[in-house]
Amino acid sequence: MTFSQYENRWHTNCVMKTKPDAHVRQIIGRSGIKRSDREPDFNEKAGLVYMNAIVEHAVVDFSTALEERNPQTADRMPQQPHITIRGLTKKFAGVPLYEKFNLDLPKGQVTCVFGPNGCGKSTLINMIAGLIPYDAGDILFDGKTLKETNIGYVFQNYREALFPWMRAVDNIKYPLRINGASKEECDARIDELVRSFDVKFDLNRYPYEFSGGQQQLISIMRALAPKPEVIFLDEPFSALDYEMTLFIRDKLQEIFSSTDVTMVVVSHDLEEAVYLADQVLLLTKRPTEVADTVSFTAVRPRDIDTLSSDAFVQTKARCLDIFQREVRR
Amino acid sequence: MNDIIDKSYFSKDAALRVGRTLVGPLLLIVIWWFANNLQLVSDKLLPGPIETFGSLWTSLADGSMTADLTATLYRTLYAFALAAIVGIPTGIILGSSDRIYHLVEFLVDFFRSTPATAMFPLFLLIFGIGDFAKVAVAAFSAWLVVLFNVAYGVMNSRKTRILAARVMGASKWQVFRTVMFFESLPQTFVGLRMAVSLALVVIIVAEMFIGSTNGMGHRIIDAQQVFDLQQMYASILMTGMIGYGFNVLFLTVEKHAVHWAGR
Repeated sequence: MTFSQYENRWHTNCVMKTKPDAHVRQIIGRSGIKRSDREPDFNEKAGLVYMNAIVEHAVVDFSTALEERNPQTADRMPQQPHITIRGLTKKFAGVPLYEKFNLDLPKGQVTCVFGPNGCGKSTLINMIAGLIPYDAGDILFDGKTLKETNIGYVFQNYREALFPWMRAVDNIKYPLRINGASKEECDARIDELVRSFDVKFDLNRYPYEFSGGQQQLISIMRALAPKPEVIFLDEPFSALDYEMTLFIRDKLQEIFSSTDVTMVVVSHDLEEAVYLADQVLLLTKRPTEVADTVSFTAVRPRDIDTLSSDAFVQTKARCLDIFQREVRR
Repeated sequence: MNDIIDKSYFSKDAALRVGRTLVGPLLLIVIWWFANNLQLVSDKLLPGPIETFGSLWTSLADGSMTADLTATLYRTLYAFALAAIVGIPTGIILGSSDRIYHLVEFLVDFFRSTPATAMFPLFLLIFGIGDFAKVAVAAFSAWLVVLFNVAYGVMNSRKTRILAARVMGASKWQVFRTVMFFESLPQTFVGLRMAVSLALVVIIVAEMFIGSTNGMGHRIIDAQQVFDLQQMYASILMTGMIGYGFNVLFLTVEKHAVHWAGR
């Protein structure tokens, strides 16, 4: 086995809490730790045991595997994945959109999803967020299922996603309220959000009394209210004018810099995608696969100057190349 | 912005608007007066507006109309209340399950198309010649109106909002109570407004034809039988006012209760 195969096995079997395969069960069984002990650090212990086993049993494989690895990525610390997708399959009327799709989304980073029309960018994040069902595969968040994970979601159409019968402030409190938070907890969180977003408008009004940009800002505050581990944004700027887009983009950057939230943004605008991203995930035409991931490491906060910097222009050009190659194929 | 414009519009032009609304009725009364005065229509068929309104005023002032008026109002509201209490929950159940909806779609459409008056004899057989037979038949037809309006409201609720609630971790019941209920509310109010109008119609007809001793319907028929045309027109006008009053009342409540509708 190569190193990456071991690595994959390790993820699917230990981190992801799925059924361990026979090989892993055997090694972990011999080590004496049991899942039934409900040890909080079972994963860690089991992982350690398994890693040791790998080292013991596969020293030779290991060294050759190390050489196989891309020298560029080998010298960098491997990024810890937050969301792991394995064998994801989704068919629409028998036609596969995703077939045995695998993907890791890094923790605490902004991933922008970009790809040709109809390749299922939104479908992908909707499946991860549990908005639409998928036919097969596993999606895990740090090894946890969706149910055990606190996520936030910002819809493209804020008008249809906010609740017009509630005041803006109650909209933001909604995810806290339904999860049983007290009035004091809700108020405290609202204060916190108002301060960090520097909100200047009166949240005691109804959503339809605000401008589009303000409504989308309220949506984002609502998504962030329960302090999610992951926040999904489905083309959050496409219904906004340019001025508002710039404003919300910068707000998003601020929020992102002040928390360690993992962000997944679907975008149809390449410039916007690169500007926001730590890595741009480029998808192919259907059946959809990962065409490439391009990282963009410019320092934050990014501003207008970032847009004209060499690194930005080059990264964008590279993404465009890959995109056009995929569209023509 | 809109608020400011709306408010100034109301305060400045309120008088003008009321004035415009009154032009139609006043014009009709003037035509009525001319028709009566110039003997265009026989005095036996159409008494003058002054006599008619005079008759309405005296009937209200001396309390001779009060019993009939309260009887009709009581029956209409009784029937409406039954329709709403039964109609809203059943409508919600119907709207939230495709399977149940398809099961009874034909029945609801069928009875909705059947004139309520055709079912008078049936309801008389079931409930006897009492007051409740009238209330029941009105409640039945009003219920159908509430039922399908609420059901449509629930069925057509925006899927995005339901998804938004679900992704935030709301349970099925929470989605229902905090989202679907409010989503269906605008359509529910439309149904309630239609239901009260229909209940009034059915009650008036029932009072005319199924052995009633009071009520506005009974009063109109009585006046016609003894050829007291002033009284008949006065009662018709009063019935119209009840219907209009209900409509205005419901529109006002609706505007406040579902302030977000259409925005």
